[in-house]
Amino acid sequence: MRIPCPHCGERDHAEFVYRGDATVVRPDPDAPGAARAFHEFVHLRTNPAGLHKEHWYHEGGCRAWIVVERNTVTHEVMGAVTAEAFALSGGLSGRKANA
Amino acid sequence: MRYSAFSVLKNALSGHKGWKPVWREPEPKAEYDVIIVGGGGHGLSTAYYLAKEFGLTNVAVIEKGYLGSGNIGRNTTIIRSNYMLPGNERFYELSMKLWEGLEQDFNYNAMVSQRGVINLYHSDGQRDAYARRGNAMRLEGVDAELLDRKALEKLCPYLDFDNGRFPIQGGLLQKRGGTARHDAVAWGYARGADMRGVDIIQNCEVTGFVIEAGVVKGVETSKGTIRAKKVGVAAAGNTTRVMDKAGLRLPIESHVLQAFVTEGLKPIINTVITFGVGHFYISQSDKGGLVFGGDLDGYNSYAQRGNLAMVEHVCEAGMAMVPMIGRARVLRSWGGIMDMSMDGSPIIDKTPVDGLYLNCGWCYGGFKATPASGMCFAHLIARDAPHPVATELRLDRFETGRVIDETGRGAQPNLH
Repeated sequence: MRIPCPHCGERDHAEFVYRGDATVVRPDPDAPGAARAFHEFVHLRTNPAGLHKEHWYHEGGCRAWIVVERNTVTHEVMGAVTAEAFALSGGLSGRKANA
Repeated sequence: MRYSAFSVLKNALSGHKGWKPVWREPEPKAEYDVIIVGGGGHGLSTAYYLAKEFGLTNVAVIEKGYLGSGNIGRNTTIIRSNYMLPGNERFYELSMKLWEGLEQDFNYNAMVSQRGVINLYHSDGQRDAYARRGNAMRLEGVDAELLDRKALEKLCPYLDFDNGRFPIQGGLLQKRGGTARHDAVAWGYARGADMRGVDIIQNCEVTGFVIEAGVVKGVETSKGTIRAKKVGVAAAGNTTRVMDKAGLRLPIESHVLQAFVTEGLKPIINTVITFGVGHFYISQSDKGGLVFGGDLDGYNSYAQRGNLAMVEHVCEAGMAMVPMIGRARVLRSWGGIMDMSMDGSPIIDKTPVDGLYLNCGWCYGGFKATPASGMCFAHLIARDAPHPVATELRLDRFETGRVIDETGRGAQPNLH
């Protein structure tokens, strides 16, 4: 599996550290129902069989956090953007992004 | 037919023409008392104990593929009960006790071999941690023995005790641990359930649930609607895919775990040994193949195959622990899909849908749990109350903070 790092180009996945689902959003701790929202944020996952947007950390390269879109059934990597670009592009729209 | 020395002899003398298939291949009935989704080890053992211990025989096991085609047919066959936390330890000890009587109980040769399980330690700190774990096990009435280097050298002289980087100081031994023949476990449970009237329906995929007013009334399948008073799901790595159809979002991620088998060798590895630095475990099958594995690949996957980076890591760890295995040739390797929970411990519980029960979160330790998982899931389904040893394996423990996190790593499934 090779991951196209936005900074370094295509690199072996062994250079990266996996974090997990990039579409869960840290809730507002002051909002009503925050305890439940944090439970969902920390524990519940869509866990799709198919396309999955996920955080990887390029430890063996540029040391940036990136968001990779990958097919969990075939391991095909569809593309990658920086975590910053993902957030600015509205990618953090919650669980829908992995639907 | 009951198996015995006499039946083996009789069939040997009549050219082995008398053996019959050990389970039927029935068409589904319109309705059952209980449907179990998933014909793997846990689903089959659940059906077996429902029939044998709880008198529920109007039961169907529905399997998408063929019987035992998932992780029960592809694992490293280790059985043990060397956990530390009470919520886990008494559950796995029930499993160990059931393993010890399993073959007599279901009259099938599961080749249960209590050859011992040893966890190596490589530093003073790790010895203390294992002493603590061993003490926790003994408090629950489970056998545990802390071996120093001398005792371990006598037992396993082939280990690389003076490894330059990770010298071996000793190990924690559970003598009652060992291995079992994984396929035979599935077959034995299937046969025992079938004999008592359970329908095992293979090549039948569950495509949805029939839920009326918040109560489950059956399942939609590729062979039509099958109604049931209760439905239990034991779908391991595919738990999310099945429970999605009931609208439930779970504390589960699916990950791939690889394992490996070498060519057959003369007996050289006499027990089950796990490495203390890096994830590696090895035993030798009765056929002679070295069976070993390591860590998860570490990323979400439903692919049933992993990548080469983990193959390299596992083999390096093996070479650091038992250099002599470097000459053995790997015959095959495979990847299985693990239902990794957020705290590394399983879930056997009701769900928010009445009549729908869930058995999942086995991470990569599901095989050893097969008997107790079936017993406790059957208890839950039959009595609507958790089995006494499974009271902490709750679905809501993540929300309430009562997690059972053996390694203390937090909600990061790929690290458990």
